[in-house]
Amino acid sequence: MHELLKQAVLTALVSGALVAGVPLMFTSLGELISERAGVLNIGLEGMMLFGAYAGFVGAYYGHSSWLGYLTGIAGGTFIALFMVVFCVWLGLDQIVVGIALTIGAEGVTSTLDGAQFSTTRPRLGSVPTVSIPGLSHISVIGPSVFSQPLVVYLGLALVGLVAWIFRSTNVGLNLRAAGEKPEALDAAGVSVLATRSWAALCAGALAGLGGAYLSIAGAGVFVPFMTQGRGFMGIVLAMLARGRPIWVIIGSLLFGISLSITTALQLAGINIPIDYAFMLPFVAVMLALIIFGRRSYLPPALALPYLRGSR
Amino acid sequence: MTETAETPLAHPSIPDFVAEESLPRESRLSRPLDTLIRGVGPVVLALIAGGILLLALGRNPVTFYGDIYQGGITHDAWQDTVMRMAPLLLIAAGLVFIFRANIWNLGYDGQFMLAAAMIAGFAPKLEAHLAVWLSLVLLFLVAGVTGALWTVVPALLKAYSGVNEIITTLMMTFIGLSLANVLVKGPFQDPTINTPQTTALPLSGMLPNIPHTRVHVGILVAFAVILIVHYVLTRTSLGLRLRVLGANPRTAVHAGIGVKRLIVTAFLVSGFLIGLAAAAEILGIWGYVRADTNFQYGDAVIPFVFLARLNALAVVPFVAFYSLLSIGGEQATQNANLPTDFLLLIVGLILLFMSLTEYFGRKRDLGGSYLTAGLAQALRRKAENA
Repeated sequence: MHELLKQAVLTALVSGALVAGVPLMFTSLGELISERAGVLNIGLEGMMLFGAYAGFVGAYYGHSSWLGYLTGIAGGTFIALFMVVFCVWLGLDQIVVGIALTIGAEGVTSTLDGAQFSTTRPRLGSVPTVSIPGLSHISVIGPSVFSQPLVVYLGLALVGLVAWIFRSTNVGLNLRAAGEKPEALDAAGVSVLATRSWAALCAGALAGLGGAYLSIAGAGVFVPFMTQGRGFMGIVLAMLARGRPIWVIIGSLLFGISLSITTALQLAGINIPIDYAFMLPFVAVMLALIIFGRRSYLPPALALPYLRGSR
Repeated sequence: MTETAETPLAHPSIPDFVAEESLPRESRLSRPLDTLIRGVGPVVLALIAGGILLLALGRNPVTFYGDIYQGGITHDAWQDTVMRMAPLLLIAAGLVFIFRANIWNLGYDGQFMLAAAMIAGFAPKLEAHLAVWLSLVLLFLVAGVTGALWTVVPALLKAYSGVNEIITTLMMTFIGLSLANVLVKGPFQDPTINTPQTTALPLSGMLPNIPHTRVHVGILVAFAVILIVHYVLTRTSLGLRLRVLGANPRTAVHAGIGVKRLIVTAFLVSGFLIGLAAAAEILGIWGYVRADTNFQYGDAVIPFVFLARLNALAVVPFVAFYSLLSIGGEQATQNANLPTDFLLLIVGLILLFMSLTEYFGRKRDLGGSYLTAGLAQALRRKAENA
């Protein structure tokens, strides 16, 4: 009996960590890109939430999770578009606009959801998974870790791709310059505004994808306010990753574990109120900030609008 | 981070932050009109945009806004609107105080709900042993101290390690909301009721009403606090130091201001006032706290604090307007069969339109800025150079 229980607990822990960690991974990867380019995206929570709503709607009406992911990406990008116009082009305060986008997205998703689904409350079916041959037969963790929706593998590949772009391509260099010393980038003949715009749009797209994963693969349903601060966690993760994409994976999984630990403990017969579970990841973030706070790195030109010719 | 970055030192003889307010600025529009446009314009635009969305959803915007007026003013409803103002004004006072120093306390929800849970839990026990008036005073203090304590970690991290307070206060908000739930479902839960909530106070244990009305005296506390905060910010050295810090942290250091201490003070006061807001709401209206509640009053107050240009007195009419919107909105959204979160959308839209007005204001050289002098100045200098 003990052996069986241990397996159940471990499976719950690992698969729960992935379900909770993957949306975080997408979101903080997006934030990492935009932070490095100098756009602090406080509106990330709103982009994620809108992505979750748009993703659910797309998957529900299109009867396909892939269409859902696409509409989720489109939804996140749509909110990011406001960020681009207001903050990058017009040079307005990134924090005020970020708060506005988060509050506005909370309001609009809840309103639309209430107007459409308040009486029916439809759910999506489960998402097909792809098993990696061989690895998925490992006992206990095999089925839960190596049998995932395809989008998870794509996400992991994306992290590697972003790491490669930052390290070894001109595009990555431009992105970094836009956050470190935008004047230098401008002098080199590359448009700072265009670079930052693309970075902010990428952040929106990835946050939207993260939100869509949350509603499509994670919950199977859209609930107002369902992101519950994950967007803000994504910002912290990107900060603590100090611009290195690989750390985003590690960080997201750690937070995924702290999100799923109560379910696992409940299976083990230890009853812990769900509120502790909600608290745990944020406590972990605060501890990380207290311990590593001095070492978290943000680009010098972060959150400062760039206007050509100004000092 | 934002506040330390490239704001150049002010000229030693005429500090910028003084010049900003005392020298008349040339403007193409007359001052009152200018203020009106900048203050009311974004609100009107947001209401129009909200109306368009209502149309798109197949609801009649005229009926909707008419319902808001009806549900918030007519008959007895204005008294509810006045009562709603009490917590909003107290939160606004707390936010004005800290935003003046250009520090972002975004942890208001956590501070508010934790203070609410604390006093809702302690109130019945306290009132069993002490006179009602004494326990009410004590409960206000408990709420304030709880709110203040919840800002300590972000304050210290900001002052001594330079960790961005936006992130830390947001994290503390989520911890605070969960902790409030743990308290309400755990030690403070009323064992006689099935739904997790604290023991309800009897009517005699709540804040007394102003004679001949249903309005509780919390609103008087709120107005008193607004006046005190306005006095402190505009007439005392503490207020001046906060403004110097907000205008330019480096100037503050050079002027010999104890910046670290000032940051911590600003946080503690802000948290204290937000705690008081929870006391006014719980002891004035509810008498108990239910699990999984989040009033989200702070989110609603933020745009109005900026629209009032961080002036504690100017906040009052804006808060009155939003109270009307939120009290009447409960009725209106119900009639339109929409969730009350629709009002959040309007709040977000107000912030967006405010930012836009800011942009066109800078272009057309309308008067002052919503933002603190240092930030606005840096932006304006850039706009002029562009």
